[in-house]
Amino acid sequence: MLRGLLFLLLASLALPALAQDTRGPLRIEITEGVVEPVPIAIPDFLTSDPFLAETAAQIVGVVRADLSGSGIFRPIPSDAFISPVTSFDSPVGYSDWQKINAQALATGRVLKNGDQITVQFRLFDVFAETALGEGLQFTAPEESWRRIAHKVADAIYSRITGEGGYFDSRVVYVAESGPKDARDKRLAIMDYDGANQSYLTAPGGLVLAPRLSPQGRQLIYTSYASGRPQITLMDTETLKTRALDDQPGSMTFSPRFTPDGNSVLFSLAERGNTDLYRLDLASGTRTRLTNAPSIETAPSYAPDGERIVFESDRSGNQQLYIMKADGSGVERISFGPGRYGTPVWSPKGDLIAFTKQHQGRFHIGVMRPDGSEERLLTASFLDESPSWAPNGRVLMFTRESPGAAGGAQLFSVDVTGRNLRPVATPGPASDPAWSPLLE
Amino acid sequence: MQRLFSLLFVFGLAACSNLTEPTASLPGAAGNPQSQEYFKAVVGDRVLFAVDEAVLSAQARQTLEGQARWLIDNPTFNARIEGHADEQGTREYNLALGARRAAAVKEFLVARGVADGRLDTVSFGKERPIEICSNEACYARNRRAVTLVIAGGETT
Repeated sequence: MLRGLLFLLLASLALPALAQDTRGPLRIEITEGVVEPVPIAIPDFLTSDPFLAETAAQIVGVVRADLSGSGIFRPIPSDAFISPVTSFDSPVGYSDWQKINAQALATGRVLKNGDQITVQFRLFDVFAETALGEGLQFTAPEESWRRIAHKVADAIYSRITGEGGYFDSRVVYVAESGPKDARDKRLAIMDYDGANQSYLTAPGGLVLAPRLSPQGRQLIYTSYASGRPQITLMDTETLKTRALDDQPGSMTFSPRFTPDGNSVLFSLAERGNTDLYRLDLASGTRTRLTNAPSIETAPSYAPDGERIVFESDRSGNQQLYIMKADGSGVERISFGPGRYGTPVWSPKGDLIAFTKQHQGRFHIGVMRPDGSEERLLTASFLDESPSWAPNGRVLMFTRESPGAAGGAQLFSVDVTGRNLRPVATPGPASDPAWSPLLE
Repeated sequence: MQRLFSLLFVFGLAACSNLTEPTASLPGAAGNPQSQEYFKAVVGDRVLFAVDEAVLSAQARQTLEGQARWLIDNPTFNARIEGHADEQGTREYNLALGARRAAAVKEFLVARGVADGRLDTVSFGKERPIEICSNEACYARNRRAVTLVIAGGETT
């Protein structure tokens, strides 16, 4: 479902020759923390086909929403524009955009292309009076207009920040319903922005912490279908499931794929002791990675597959540790006050996100893989289960509110701690798993 | 939108095999010493734990002595020990903690002579609180291991 849904055809558009400016191009460094979002003008996308007018309006609406939602851009309201864009190929009148302080300008048009649509767009650095990269076009079936819009927004985000995009992505999560003492939990999937919701498992179950395979074709999660926690594999195309490491009486949980997608790291509780194992999906061979009387859980690979970060209470309470992929060379990396759990290595490799508990509060935080530069991004009654956006610059996590009426909700925040915002889901939601960028 | 249709179709099939909680049969009221109700009401079906602990308190041991005697006296029952945690903690850690608590109870019962094969353990972590307020009064009751006796076990 995450792949092969549609084919987006990319083609670069030849652009009229434009004067080059000697200044550096417009560039925003996300790691510094964007205090003031960049004003960007995104006029309505043009179309000469009246049947495409509504789709064109929807596409530009999603492009604006993506960029605005990133916290890095501020789309300028159209009524502030001095002159309308009436032709996609005409030279840009930069002065009119400079007067309203648009730092960037994105123009686009939508064309009918057989039974598909083609969206073409260009991006300009208004004050340098130059194009930012070549024009691009995307072709896809009309009903996939949202994906095209996300692709356009990803290209704009990427060209201005120098980071990968994250808008054309999906999120698998746990949809919750029912009272707190009998909560019904089922897997659901949606676009990163909450659109296109659907359920993956039946109501009446208890499932936890889904994780996507690197290619997005498989899901692994913890299911109570057998009455006890068991790691379970789901094919995202067929929705067929298979319990893994199915041994009588064993409890398995906290699974995560290896970067090559061929194996799964997980926790196995045996006689009350929880350790880490790796399971080869093809052969079913199980390899033990830790052997300690303490709790070892929540493993996550570095993107290069060489090291694993995990949590252990071997020191007396939950802390973060790193070991080599074969289980050797264990080193503790968290030393601040409080307890640390649920470490997740960023897809860029530069940061590890975690949940921290300190003085009765929960925080989502990030640190370098050597434990330095710890930074707490959130604080609440209960925040946990961070998941990285494909570009490693945004995190989605679970926030739970207290009491009988308390419920779980998904939030996102960027790695600088800015732009904390709820993620739209139809009901209570927890344990997000952000997919890689779709292809 | 072919994908959406196939999703709904598959889901429609999956809905037929709903997960149901295993329910023990109810052979009689609490007045019957050979009943689950008696076990729960008179023997005591649960023990409580301190924060982050799986150590059995003196009170817990006393309850478990009673559970062990009852299980030995009622060999047709098996038991399932559920370990639970309060909500103050991350999901995975609490699953591991619940497993520790269930195992602590099982080890005690086995040491008192209950056959290992009659006792199953499962952890629910923080997924199944019985009290839903968010303060210590509720948390204390949620940090528990519950022994569910199930008729139809081994006859020794």
